[in-house]
Amino acid sequence: MNNSEREKTVREPLFHIEKRGDISRKKGLLIRGIAILAALIVSGVFSAILLKGNPFVFYEKIIDGAVGTERRIWNLLRETALLLGVALAIVPAFKMKFWNLGGNGQVLVGCLATTACMFYFGGKVPLGLLIVFMMLAGVIAGAIWALIPAIFKAQWKTNESLFTLMMNYIAEGLVAFFLTIWVKTGSGVLNPMRDYKVPEVINSSFIPIIVIVLLTAAMYIYLKYSKQGYEISVVGESENTARYVGINVKKVVIRTLIISGAICGLVGFLLSGAIHGTVSKATHGGMGFTAIMVAWLAKFNPLIMAGTSFFVVFLERGVAEASSYFGVTNTAFPDIVTSIIFFFIIGCEFFIQYRLRFRAKKKSGIAAEKTVVKAEKKDSVEVSEESDDSAKAKKEDKA
Amino acid sequence: MQETVALELKGVSKYFGSVVANKNVDLTVHSGEILAILGENGSGKTTLMNMISGIYFPDEGQIFVGGEEVVIRSPQDAFRYKIGMIHQHFKLVDVFTAAQNIVLGVKESADYKGAYRSAFVDENGEKLTRSKCKSFFVGLKNVFTKWKKNRYKLKKVNEKVTAIAVKYGFHIDPKKKIYDMSVSEKQTVEIVKVLYRGADILILDEPTAVLTPQETQRLFDVLRRMREDGKSIIIITHKLHEVLSLSDRVAVLRKGEYVGTVETKETDEAELTEMMVGKKVTLNIERSEPKDVCDRLIVDKLNCKNREGVKVLDNVSFTARAGEILGIAGIAGSGQRELLEAIAGLQDLEEGEITYIDPKSEERVNLRHKTPLQIRELGVRLSFVPEDRLGMGLVGNMDIIDNMMLRSYQKGRSMFVDRKQPEKLAETIIADLEVVTPNTHTPVRRLSGGNVQKVLVGREISSAPKVLMAAYPVRGLDINSSYTIYNLLNRQKENGTAVIFVGEDLDVLIELCDRIMVIGSGRITGIVDGRTAKKEEIGLLMTKTEETEENLEEKEEAHE
Repeated sequence: MNNSEREKTVREPLFHIEKRGDISRKKGLLIRGIAILAALIVSGVFSAILLKGNPFVFYEKIIDGAVGTERRIWNLLRETALLLGVALAIVPAFKMKFWNLGGNGQVLVGCLATTACMFYFGGKVPLGLLIVFMMLAGVIAGAIWALIPAIFKAQWKTNESLFTLMMNYIAEGLVAFFLTIWVKTGSGVLNPMRDYKVPEVINSSFIPIIVIVLLTAAMYIYLKYSKQGYEISVVGESENTARYVGINVKKVVIRTLIISGAICGLVGFLLSGAIHGTVSKATHGGMGFTAIMVAWLAKFNPLIMAGTSFFVVFLERGVAEASSYFGVTNTAFPDIVTSIIFFFIIGCEFFIQYRLRFRAKKKSGIAAEKTVVKAEKKDSVEVSEESDDSAKAKKEDKA
Repeated sequence: MQETVALELKGVSKYFGSVVANKNVDLTVHSGEILAILGENGSGKTTLMNMISGIYFPDEGQIFVGGEEVVIRSPQDAFRYKIGMIHQHFKLVDVFTAAQNIVLGVKESADYKGAYRSAFVDENGEKLTRSKCKSFFVGLKNVFTKWKKNRYKLKKVNEKVTAIAVKYGFHIDPKKKIYDMSVSEKQTVEIVKVLYRGADILILDEPTAVLTPQETQRLFDVLRRMREDGKSIIIITHKLHEVLSLSDRVAVLRKGEYVGTVETKETDEAELTEMMVGKKVTLNIERSEPKDVCDRLIVDKLNCKNREGVKVLDNVSFTARAGEILGIAGIAGSGQRELLEAIAGLQDLEEGEITYIDPKSEERVNLRHKTPLQIRELGVRLSFVPEDRLGMGLVGNMDIIDNMMLRSYQKGRSMFVDRKQPEKLAETIIADLEVVTPNTHTPVRRLSGGNVQKVLVGREISSAPKVLMAAYPVRGLDINSSYTIYNLLNRQKENGTAVIFVGEDLDVLIELCDRIMVIGSGRITGIVDGRTAKKEEIGLLMTKTEETEENLEEKEEAHE
């Protein structure tokens, strides 16, 4: 037994992981390209098996679902803008290593405050003034929702992730509470404000897009060229360094979170004021979490975030549409497909940071080649297994 | 001496991306010898040792233990080949005792499966006739007995640890908790841990960096005893005098490449330095006589507690003078950091005053109630290099320009930052101090330690400070960079700056400083003249504890 164990250890490992130095832009893009291709193939094959359809039709339906009609294009752009808005809100906090997971809650209180303005003042004050009220209410509510955990973090070093996460639930509870007051029928659903004879405020896709485009440019400049943006980077990189050069860390934390929350509140204002005209517990649409992925994928660069946000929304809308075309009633299916694709895209970052080195070619070229092929096969099997696992886990979550 | 080869490396290489950490290194270690590995920082000493101890896996090359080729994939593998490494940063569990730490992770494998199966068959391997149910319970009983026998008994461990300690002359109390231990005791635990597991090849990564001269002597005695016992010892260090006094042979690495091995008896400091650096270097510090000396900073009875409520500064009083270098010596973590941070306004104090005397107006300013920003505007500069040099003072992910900006960005009313002045400053520093960098937009964490330090010190002195505090400014720097920094400090002194220099190498402190203040457990244990001080004298002051001091005082009182 001892002998065989020994032999095992003498064998070199099949491959080992090695950190890459700088990777050229071209190579980085190539790896990402391969990842997207692999993602499409795996998700296509997966869907073809489950739907018993042609994978190419599946791809076609994705594109059709996202940009098939003019209305769909506008919806796509609008959703992209809103998601980008939340991502823009999260970036300054995340750059400061303040893990603001409360995007959902901050958006939701913004929605709630906006709706409250419409509910109480609608038709009673001039329209222009109402819009100003709604916007201020939304922005301030969002800012307060982010300010509370920021103060606790700055003063007592509480954990911001848990705190902001819990604030999400409080926001949802608050919405439920106000709905029971406002809705007398007991259905718990507040109809859009136009049903209550509140004038149509700004019901269009155009306004949110313009607002977010301006905001993106502003955030880019703020983070890159302003003194406050510089302070955010320093605090995020090293709090000790910040203290050492005389930056008031508490002040920066609180100021940044007010900005973060205020932008979330602004998105909430756009959601309730310009699109839905109402509020429910799910108005935020989970954007607070999706935005985190959007921001990370773009490495916190607001301009690239516009691209990643577009990609994420495109996929979600497209896959949803495609699965309804194939008559899938199971709501988990689009989630599974999108998660397969994200798995590859996020997973490829590993190969950008690291490289696998296979066992050195010792015997002959052919033998070495064989091991490489084998390894690759093994890899892909593992990958698909893993993605199945994650999909399964997601399914269970849903259930 | 019998020359059996214990460990041999052939053509070992390791790359981190485009960085070559080790290239084609050959190395032979005999049993019963102490081999010193010498090299400047970044020459790949630690990487090489990490490959032997299973932390990294070599990209190329072969490793032989006792003449047989081996593949070491993990520290467990390394232990199988009786190789043990004592790391620079100890890996111990604070709340465990010495003995618990020593047995942690030791696997004494037991064949539980076999024990269970034996209940079903007799000695000859034939199936027993009794009922399956009964066999099942007998099987469980067998497993339990085996477990009981195998379960580790602290008493047994304690005995074994004591036996090892007696054999090599360690002082160790197996029942003492790690958090009650001094650095030297923790190191002892690490060494015993490796010996407990039966290591024959011991690797020590800069073991003396955290020890006082006396503790170092004790460690060397132990290592010599191990050598007599036939163990192979590899010691990484960059202190030349230690190499010469301890080792049998010296292997030298330079920029990841193996330069050669020499017999310690046949070499001297000059030759080793030349091998390390690659060219002849003359190393001396020109210490000028202080002129126009006047008091600049008066520190009076500082008291400070850390977060855990332990006193880290205890009644510290001293004066720093303009045109003089004041050295601070002491074991790492004796309050040096807190002292400098207190002066810079970064530390909350319980008691005490810090008075700054303005050179022009002779006005006395109390720094205690000022913010770090106000203190800096007075010309008090802190160049601090804690263990992680990028943890304070510089931001690793930012480029040199942005790091220059740390000091100046707040100037002016504009909402936006001005990157032009910092860019000029960055270019000046790169040119003046010979910073090796691709360009001014390289993130500073990509630079080597010496260049990072030049950037930091360069920025701090660029504003003509009145007080310059440098803590461990040469830690981890190669010889050439170290001397550049020393000379920079000297130039500051000549310009009439009060320089405070916290160092660890006593030889350098004695060569560089005009006065040396010794700090031990947050108390000033003595101030000596740098020109007449002896190393042993400073070493004794470093370890002087409260008790001995009180005893002395009592004695003096009695005398009176």
